[in-house]
Amino acid sequence: MALEVNLDALESEARSALAAANDADALEDWRVSWLGRRGRLTTVLRGVRDLPAEQRPTIGAGANRLKGELESALAARQDELAAAESDGPTIDVTLPGRRPPLGSLHPVTLTRRKMERTFRDLGFDVVEGPDIELEEYNFDRLRIPAGHPARDMWDTIWIADDHSGGPRQLLRTHTSPMQIRYLERREPPIRVIVPGACYRYEATDATHEWMLTQIEGLVIDQDLSFAHLKGTLEAFVRRMFGGEIETRFRCDYFPFVEPGAELGVRWQGDWLEVLGCGMVHPEIIEDAGLDSSRYTGFAFGMGVERVAMLQYGVRDIRHFYRNDIRFLREFDRFRGSA
Amino acid sequence: MDVPLKWLAQYVDWDLTVEELAHRLSMAGAEVESIKRSGAEWKHVVVGRVQAVEPHPNADRLRLATVEYGGSEPLQVVCGAPNLEAGQTIAFAQVGAALLDPSTREPRKLRKGKIRGVTSMGMICSERELGLSDDHEGILVLDTDVALGSPLSDVLGDVVLDIKPTPNRPDHFSILGIAREVAALTDGAVREPVDSYPEADSSASDRTSVQIDDPDGCPRYTAILIEGVRVGPSPQWMQDALSSAGMRPINNIVDSTNYVMLEWGQPLHAFDFGILRESRIVVRRARASEQLALLDGSNIELQPDDLVIADAERAVALAGIMGGAESEISDDTTTILLETANFQEASIRRSRARHTETGTEASRRFEKSLNPELCELAARRAAALIIETAGGQALSGIVDAYPGKRHIPQVVVGQPRIEQILGLLPSVETTRGILTALGISNRWLPPNRYSVSCPPWRSDINVPDDVVEEIGRIIGYDNLPSEPLPGAVPEHDIDPERTLSEHIRDVLSGLGLREIITYAAVGADELDAVSPDGGSPSIKLQNPMNTERDRMRTSLRPWGLRTFALNQRESRGGLALFEVGKVFLPNPGGQATERRMLLALIGGALTPSMHGGELRPLDFYDAKGVLEQLGHGIGAEFAIAQHTDDAALSRGQSAALTVAGQSVGVIGRVQPAVASLFNVEGDVFAIEISISELAPLIDGVVTVASPSVYPAAVEDLALIVDESLTAGELEAAIRGNGLVEHVELFDVYRGEPIADGSKSLAFRVHYRSPDRTLSERDVEKARRGIVRRLASQFGAELRDS
Repeated sequence: MALEVNLDALESEARSALAAANDADALEDWRVSWLGRRGRLTTVLRGVRDLPAEQRPTIGAGANRLKGELESALAARQDELAAAESDGPTIDVTLPGRRPPLGSLHPVTLTRRKMERTFRDLGFDVVEGPDIELEEYNFDRLRIPAGHPARDMWDTIWIADDHSGGPRQLLRTHTSPMQIRYLERREPPIRVIVPGACYRYEATDATHEWMLTQIEGLVIDQDLSFAHLKGTLEAFVRRMFGGEIETRFRCDYFPFVEPGAELGVRWQGDWLEVLGCGMVHPEIIEDAGLDSSRYTGFAFGMGVERVAMLQYGVRDIRHFYRNDIRFLREFDRFRGSA
Repeated sequence: MDVPLKWLAQYVDWDLTVEELAHRLSMAGAEVESIKRSGAEWKHVVVGRVQAVEPHPNADRLRLATVEYGGSEPLQVVCGAPNLEAGQTIAFAQVGAALLDPSTREPRKLRKGKIRGVTSMGMICSERELGLSDDHEGILVLDTDVALGSPLSDVLGDVVLDIKPTPNRPDHFSILGIAREVAALTDGAVREPVDSYPEADSSASDRTSVQIDDPDGCPRYTAILIEGVRVGPSPQWMQDALSSAGMRPINNIVDSTNYVMLEWGQPLHAFDFGILRESRIVVRRARASEQLALLDGSNIELQPDDLVIADAERAVALAGIMGGAESEISDDTTTILLETANFQEASIRRSRARHTETGTEASRRFEKSLNPELCELAARRAAALIIETAGGQALSGIVDAYPGKRHIPQVVVGQPRIEQILGLLPSVETTRGILTALGISNRWLPPNRYSVSCPPWRSDINVPDDVVEEIGRIIGYDNLPSEPLPGAVPEHDIDPERTLSEHIRDVLSGLGLREIITYAAVGADELDAVSPDGGSPSIKLQNPMNTERDRMRTSLRPWGLRTFALNQRESRGGLALFEVGKVFLPNPGGQATERRMLLALIGGALTPSMHGGELRPLDFYDAKGVLEQLGHGIGAEFAIAQHTDDAALSRGQSAALTVAGQSVGVIGRVQPAVASLFNVEGDVFAIEISISELAPLIDGVVTVASPSVYPAAVEDLALIVDESLTAGELEAAIRGNGLVEHVELFDVYRGEPIADGSKSLAFRVHYRSPDRTLSERDVEKARRGIVRRLASQFGAELRDS
């Protein structure tokens, strides 16, 4: 019996069956039915020796070639399926994600830290002081004795004196008392800032809170001038608000500095007061046991909330201590960068 | 302080726009808070001239005026004013102008109209219609030669600078004070006002006397007597000046004193001399229950602390604040005693707060601390004005009681100091020019010094740096150089509590908690609520912002719980907040003690999402997980011991925290009864740690262990123990073995086949050595050791697996 062999038809059939095999099991079935011991191509190859001698070389060579081709097609198909399998099924990428909780720092912390970092870059130490102060430090030793008209600048919340019997105490109205306390324990050169809470007996509204955070600064060394005050505070403001910011210094009055000034920045077209400053009054330097003709310096103070309001466009200062998380969440994007 | 520029221009010239003038004043320290322009409301009102006047054909009282106003054709208007005459320069309101209705005084738009059959194309204005005064008797006749058609505001309008003086500059409460600033800022000079007047032969001191019983309250009191005054309205220029500065004209005597107060900043008062018993003045503290009827019609009962001006018998004025009604200048007054005095600011402040709501123009100035040297200057100026406007003659001399007179020091400032402080050295000419323009007398002391003295209208030139400020601020701070700080960076302090506080903020916010910052004042009832067993004593505020919250917080809990409750509705899923802040404790006899605390509050429920998961309320172990991660993050080994005696926490779900055997805080479920007092719904778990106590327990010097390169051997160890044993005790014992690197509890089982009263705990134990691979024998030996120890210490049995 002459074996009718159409290798082309066989190849075409094997390849379409291979293409239809979609998983490992189907591939194995295909391999068995084509290339297995009783597989169809194997059968053809075995039948070659029964062919007439003149057909044997052609059919034999063709079948062997086909076997090699189908084997590599199988391998290719196996790779293809493996790749498809590891890719996994297609999912709806628009479904909501599972969010890990995002914590946050309070905006006053963010702004305070940015201010502290800025001053640290300029070589400042950072220390804190007591919220409950002695009247002497908050006022008298800053050249604001009782009855002085300047005391009106700070409406004070006093500690009831029914338990202490000691000196009169109050909630510090500014961080300036730390100027005196720091001078008591350190020798020049002095370069320090003091962040901390302050309190004012003052009705609250969109721009006033009875509790606020201040940063005080004190710099004392030999022969420092108003030029160093300007250079330092301008550098601070540029780093804080960006190098293009316009600044100006206006004469202002604080009893513990002379000359006194206020630093303003031009913000969205308007001049806004950012901080009070001035050259440390020579009496304060003398009171610290230093020679005021040799040692000079400057001091400054500013409100952290006020800077935060500028930075973040907050319109009502009362938001800060209400701690509504809808407000606090607004600051998530400033984490770590402020 | 309102500074009308027309008034200011009497003393000084400037060639600046209003805005530039205001800017320079502000930059130099006289802050201009606003610029007010009067006359801005007079739109369509221009300067016109009455060309002709004719009778009205249909009305006897009305006339027809032809008005030139700069337009192409004159217009005809109907006018009823009796004083209308041809040739007058008048204020002409064109159709469209908004004038005040003379009867209602409301603005009303002027329309073209017919009056008795004749068309009127505008209006010739009275003062009332322009809002200038109440006068509606006739039209306003202008005395001006500006071009016809010019806006009326060019003639009658004024610009007023509203200046906010700083406490050291009472002279900024005066027009002359501002004039000196302008002179200095523009290289100009001030024209001093006239202060001379003829004096009679007889001496004032023969007719009256001044006795000061309280020299501290009244360092100086001067009196001038003027006889034969005729009380009446003050001249128009004076009334206009006072009105423009916001004061109501009264009569020529009172107006003169007010004029000088605004001009010099020194308040004055005129008494009807005839009313004063025994014709003399006594300055003293009030007597108990002494009464005084004041000028404003009020009757006050004086306190012994009030400083009063009295005659021989009774108080006639509340010193420095307001005069008495009885001695007020009346139409019949012929002789006046003109008081120019200086009063101690604190005393004025106390009486003002006691007896008036907002104070008076006088008290505002006295409270800024005036220089007593100013009295005489102002007194002479006022006497000159009174005699000019009310006639009469001054008796010779000034009765001057001046117990508070002080030597006026010469301040010597050297050029080196000026350069040291300002960073530049202005020329001698510039320096002296500035001082002279400010009215500060100065001398050049070669080779390099100036001698300066404080002028009578100021008190703030006492030390060399005060002079330096004058020079710096007039040159302009923006014109001074700017330099970076020189020299080495000073050594820094290290504050472990502050460092730890910041560290805790970072770790907790990284764990998903939100930081809050709350108020330091709380209510005593709130503190009691969070310490049901009685908390520590708290510091009381004398004048709290809110009388219900008059304590400094001894705990972060009240505001923390309230803030937690506030946010529960808005929190999706769980809510986790923390605060790092101070608490305040009384320290009898000394300054209050301040401690830093951490409070974290965790509660609510994780809600299931479309991805599955079940509603799971956050519980103790969520809070404990935060604590464990916090401890890990800050390098603190928190030991946790079942129960605390903190009555605000549930006894069965709370624990005391220690580090190195020292108590540092608590963790636990807030008692529902406590939480609900702050409107918290559901369970909330608290972690409270004293940062002040924790900080010294954390070793700042840390040696980081290198990871072992040898593999770990991991084994599970299931133990059956008595129910009363805690996992922590067993875990600590396992950890005690030197080869154990890590232990974790992964299962707790109760029930068959475990006997009642016992439980099974399964631990996964990681053994590892830093210097070799552990053999099976090593691990076996370690395990046996552990099991032996657990058996002997806790009676634990190994569970057969």
